[in-house]
Amino acid sequence: MNRVVITGQGTINALGLNVADTYAAFKDGRCGIGPLVLRDVERLSIRIGGQVKGYDPETTFNRQQIALYDRFTQFTLIAAREALLQSGLEFHDELAEQSGVILGTAGGGMQTSDENYRSVYEAGKNRVHPFVVPKLMNNAACSHVSMTYNLKGPSFTVATACASSNHAMGQAFYFVRSGMAKVMVTGGSESMLCFGGIKAWEGLRVMSKDACRPFSANRNGMVQGEGAAIFVFEDYEHARARGANILAEVVGFAMSSDAADIVMPSKQGAARAIFGALKDAKINPDEVGYINAHGTGTAANDKTECAAVADVFGHHANNLMMSSTKSMHGHVIGGTGAIELLACTMALNEGIIAPTVGYQEPDPECALDIVPNQSREARVDYVLSNAFAFGGQNAVLVLKKFA
Amino acid sequence: MTELTRKVISIIAEQAVLEVSDVKTTDTLEGLGIDSLGLVESIFAIEETFDISVPYNANNPAENDIDLTSVQAVINAVRALVEQQHR
Repeated sequence: MNRVVITGQGTINALGLNVADTYAAFKDGRCGIGPLVLRDVERLSIRIGGQVKGYDPETTFNRQQIALYDRFTQFTLIAAREALLQSGLEFHDELAEQSGVILGTAGGGMQTSDENYRSVYEAGKNRVHPFVVPKLMNNAACSHVSMTYNLKGPSFTVATACASSNHAMGQAFYFVRSGMAKVMVTGGSESMLCFGGIKAWEGLRVMSKDACRPFSANRNGMVQGEGAAIFVFEDYEHARARGANILAEVVGFAMSSDAADIVMPSKQGAARAIFGALKDAKINPDEVGYINAHGTGTAANDKTECAAVADVFGHHANNLMMSSTKSMHGHVIGGTGAIELLACTMALNEGIIAPTVGYQEPDPECALDIVPNQSREARVDYVLSNAFAFGGQNAVLVLKKFA
Repeated sequence: MTELTRKVISIIAEQAVLEVSDVKTTDTLEGLGIDSLGLVESIFAIEETFDISVPYNANNPAENDIDLTSVQAVINAVRALVEQQHR
């Protein structure tokens, strides 16, 4: 089995248009959630979200590209550019054929669907733009990354709701570890902050109208965000041979299914994924210093997740830190695990743990060290990133400090 | 130059990312760098602009009854369709 390392990372999200700005926001405990700016917002009962600000597609892409790229694809390509630039990789010949792309998204080109439903149903138009299908398809972002960077190996898109990008990154890890690929570009993207996207979530009645407060006793639901994060997973020997800068090592991954309920989380399902990831990484629970929680800010998730962590880690649950950065960038659904992995690479490389902001009242059912409101300096060698999706599909990654 | 010709050339020029003055009626769409997806996008713009329906199936362009190979052919086709459909 081959060792797998991360040699590039990139992002765009409500906290910043790149990794440096996102890290700065994590360190400052800055919240990127605010009033939603979108068409027909007055018809929504949920009016806050983690929108990407200060981004103008016109200055980043040309007219033909904008005609073909939904916002979730635009986010993906922006994050991919930063990640691939950092990795220093170029793909030609054999390496191109041994490298691919696996991305996560839940909604795909939802802005495109929303706009065109409006046009045919609301405006009564009988004709839509010819690129509607290539824009909205879930694999569009993945395809454009492969075309832009000449990645000719295995490429596909994973959709497991809120766990999509963790499942995607787990597959990318497997591909490189098994030797099926030398380099995999991976991560996820979501852009669901449009009228139809929010309206659908309103129906479930799990959204907060004021703030995302994970683990706080007065939490009242999740807040949606948007954005993307992309990583370059590379065979360690390949990275070493070319003298690449290594950001972290990916050492474990596990998946589980609750096989129980379409929306309610299961402690057992979550615990099996966490335990499986530790086993895959061949480490003891007490070696884990930080967990980036799924931490959605719903009553059900946060207490279930804390109970699962307590079950797996026993006494060590009181020593480790676990924060939810969704409190800052919002729940980016199919892209959230990728954005949250940035908090993991920051913890390993900079020794700073991103906080859970918006925390106000202790909850006895969430009695772990959730790093409330302020980031903290701490040296950690192993970190976990949890994702527990609607549908009961769980995916947990383990990263190790590269030394 | 008629209004119709001017509008068609402007649609084709925008698709080819050229100045209107650089598009001649004798040019072929292929020669202007408009590929199959670009042609479908141009047809959409033409349908929107002239409120007509262009009978074009992208599966096998050679089998379509309509000739859209050159700028002049597109102008002729649009003129015929406008006359036919706006009667």
